[in-house]
Amino acid sequence: MAETYNFLVVDDSPTMRQLITFALKRIHNCQITEANDGVDALKKLSGNKFSLILLDINMPLMDGLKLLSILRGNPTYNDVPIVIITTEGADADREKAMKLGANAYIAKPIQTNELLKVVRGFLKIDE
Amino acid sequence: MSKDEGDIKEVDLSKKVEDFLQVFKKGEEFTQELLKENERLRYKIVKLEEDIRAGKKGSDNSQTKLLKDTISQLEEEKNYLTNKFREVEAENKDFAARYVEVEEENNNLANLYVASYQLHSTLDVQEVLKIILEIIINLIGAEKFALMVLDEEMNELVAAAAEGIDKRDIPNAKVGEGLVGTVAKTGESFFEKDLEKKRDELSEPLVCIPLKIKEHVIGVIVVFTLLLQKKNFTRVDYELFSMLAGHAATAIFSSRLYAQSERKLSTIQGFLELLSGKRK
Repeated sequence: MAETYNFLVVDDSPTMRQLITFALKRIHNCQITEANDGVDALKKLSGNKFSLILLDINMPLMDGLKLLSILRGNPTYNDVPIVIITTEGADADREKAMKLGANAYIAKPIQTNELLKVVRGFLKIDE
Repeated sequence: MSKDEGDIKEVDLSKKVEDFLQVFKKGEEFTQELLKENERLRYKIVKLEEDIRAGKKGSDNSQTKLLKDTISQLEEEKNYLTNKFREVEAENKDFAARYVEVEEENNNLANLYVASYQLHSTLDVQEVLKIILEIIINLIGAEKFALMVLDEEMNELVAAAAEGIDKRDIPNAKVGEGLVGTVAKTGESFFEKDLEKKRDELSEPLVCIPLKIKEHVIGVIVVFTLLLQKKNFTRVDYELFSMLAGHAATAIFSSRLYAQSERKLSTIQGFLELLSGKRK
């Protein structure tokens, strides 16, 4: 039976969430859950297992870096790949996120092909 | 020895000589026969050898011809297959290039679809403005920018929303004056060709896009700076700007009309309630 991939897309912008969802739907057998900030993401994470998390940094209530450090401090989510998608393109921001435990860092505006390549790479999915 | 004994010995000797001669003659005849037979056999051998040689040559020739035919047929097949392979290879390259193109076009269309879908997903003016900002920051990659709308009474453009900069810091622009005012007057988009050029951010923006409903300009999108990682504009950026020029304008216009109609409806309802005596 084909494997099902569960993605969690965390971004406060509905436009971005829709765009990322559009891109991820090209991967067969995937289910996408959307969250509009860190707090909402934590609610959706409880009791659910995700194959990969796509996370924005600048969000209200709880930003992406805070959520990232919470998830990396929790053994349940330690091995879930986290891809940061953000407008912050500076090297310092990238390094900060990678030090906190992000697996990849993509600066906006995103290129769909690049995003899919990264996601497929983590999940070992052939194109 | 007596004479008789001598005669007898002579007769025996001549008989022996005669016998020997006969034997010799027979031997000579036999030898000649052997020689003849030998010659005949040699002749036969030569003939057979010739026959064999002639026969083998014939068979060699036909086999060579057969092999040559097979080789030339295989050569033809090989050439055909090589040409076919080249054709298929060229086609594959063409398909791969077209696939990349279609993929890119598909991604661009997805961006445009999402932007358009979001723009028309609400009739709330503030939400529409927020969505326009989201599109410009997330899909185009602008850092500091403003959405200026036309105040028809004052005939000037006023910042209705901004990102990366306080909208109160953005000066109003009279229609026809300055870069923003000129774009509003002419309805023509402006793109700074040299994105690296040193300039005053507020008075020399990188991009000005008029928001038009048919030929009527209702506002201007003004981009002052781009995100650090955004080095230039791509084809889809121009398409997004072009889409925004029309769709953002209609989204703003219809949300304003909706807000006005809601206000009027509530006024009329209040008035009717007053007339019917429900309100006191």
